[in-house]
Amino acid sequence: MTTSSASSPTVADPGSELPVELAVDLNAELDVGRLRAEFPILAQRIHGHPLAYFDSAASAQRPERVIAAIDRCYHENYSNVHRGVHTLSQRVSEAYEAARAKVQGLLGAASADEVVFVRGTTEAINLVAQSYGRHHVKPGDEVLVTVMEHHSNLVPWQMLCEERDAKLVVAPVDDRGDLVLEELTRFLSERTRVVALAHVSNTLGTQNPVREIVDLAHRAGAVVMVDGAQAAPHIPIDVVELDCDFYAFSGHKAYGPSGIGVLYGKRELLSAMPPWQGGGGMIRSVSFTGTSYADPPQRFEAGTPDITGAIGLGEAVDFLRELGWQRLERHEDRLLERLVAGLATIPEVTIIGRPRRRVGVVSFVVEGVHAHDVGTLLDRDGIAVRVGHHCTQPLLERFGVSSTTRASVAAFNTEDEVDRLVASVGRVVEFFA
Amino acid sequence: MSDDLRTLYQEVILDHYKRPRNFGALDEGERADGYNPLCGDRVQVYVKQRDGKVEAVSFEGSGCAISTASASLMTEAVEGLTCAQARELGDLFHASLVGSDPAAGDRLGKLEVLRGVREYPVRIKCATLAWHAFRAALDGHHEPVSTEGASAPSDSDNAKGKNP
Repeated sequence: MTTSSASSPTVADPGSELPVELAVDLNAELDVGRLRAEFPILAQRIHGHPLAYFDSAASAQRPERVIAAIDRCYHENYSNVHRGVHTLSQRVSEAYEAARAKVQGLLGAASADEVVFVRGTTEAINLVAQSYGRHHVKPGDEVLVTVMEHHSNLVPWQMLCEERDAKLVVAPVDDRGDLVLEELTRFLSERTRVVALAHVSNTLGTQNPVREIVDLAHRAGAVVMVDGAQAAPHIPIDVVELDCDFYAFSGHKAYGPSGIGVLYGKRELLSAMPPWQGGGGMIRSVSFTGTSYADPPQRFEAGTPDITGAIGLGEAVDFLRELGWQRLERHEDRLLERLVAGLATIPEVTIIGRPRRRVGVVSFVVEGVHAHDVGTLLDRDGIAVRVGHHCTQPLLERFGVSSTTRASVAAFNTEDEVDRLVASVGRVVEFFA
Repeated sequence: MSDDLRTLYQEVILDHYKRPRNFGALDEGERADGYNPLCGDRVQVYVKQRDGKVEAVSFEGSGCAISTASASLMTEAVEGLTCAQARELGDLFHASLVGSDPAAGDRLGKLEVLRGVREYPVRIKCATLAWHAFRAALDGHHEPVSTEGASAPSDSDNAKGKNP
């Protein structure tokens, strides 16, 4: 964790000196002890046990520097963004746009104008469905999703298809929880207008071959919306390399604030899209006889945005990139392998999904014990997991279960915590035996 | 596991969870479905009434230990009661969990083992799910009842004055 911007992240001087990943020693391991100290919330006990937080896939925790960046903005630089001629407004506008540039860097986007700030992944997908979808999806057309989609990348398309009298087509997964590309190809047709899929499944942990699917979709004439909510905190993203048309992620799952998220869209697509919400900030000029709209991204940011959220997200992006992707992936892969291996020693545990490439999460069921009871018992051991359907009811139905226990890993989790989790699941089995 | 977990998961509860009583459908009578959208749990409650009494009651579905045990205990508690008495018991049970009548728990009989749920506010809906469906069946309502939103019963299941 050594960089220039960590020590002096002043919002008054965005300076766009983005952290350079290569500056860190990629061979060094992640210093998790030191990293944990950056997360104030982790230093507490729950029911007498040290908190072991395995619920980052629902919402991660944020490091002190993100909290401090928000705090500093309110203390020193806060005003409304854009068009202000006074000093504070100029400072905060620069910081807000600097955050956009940082997100551009994270995603590898060609231009910062391709980065729209929204409330989160859900809003980003709704924006695309309502703005792009309503104008391109006609009666008889098709939208292709996968069975592993989070409800947020399913319901907006379902609503669109109902409204437009279009057809929602669902691509299946195999028993491992992987998409089968040959099958997916069969579901693509000249009627497919949009393909919407997760980069990483929030329930199975499957990392999908997005680039291959984008190629197939483009050949069929469809655009691709990628839900990157579970990818952004774990793996490097390059939207140019992926060639996806839209990409979305949420700040709160990527060590940033809640209430802020990002929609990336290719410039030519965003430029041709009508506004979604009307209001201040998204116009060029307004009269009672007609209004002309601003260019993207402002066209899609009606009203005062989540200014401190964006600035906090910018800080979270710096934090993420300074971790170093290789070190982070190595660390999290080790945790996931240890967790899968540990759970496999408990005969009553069945892991849902054995994807070829697992990122972020492990979902499992305990024979004879409902996930809610598992969650309550683990909580008494200071272990936070998520239980339920994880907003993927059709996927759980596919695997014949109604709820699972899901443990998700983050940079700050340790192998010791994984061992505690496995031991606690073992005690759950004994308790209900 | 800590002792306070034993106040939630008492032996009687674990017993009814593992060996639910009156489990299965009834051939005749009313049926109502309960749904907890927070966890996706579903329960079907069957009620056969005769001469203003609950002659038979059963349930089906899969849920957590609390919801299954609560449904099982409920079927035993209401069988043979008049419909009015059964409703009253449901109100009492509800009041004992959400805190509007702390003394209610003393008059619950066997259902008292579920009072530990009071200390776990997020689990209260697990305990009340079957009762919502039971009442709907008594009333002859065939729309599934939900613990959330518009179709939820008039009074809330949320514990008052508690920190979740």
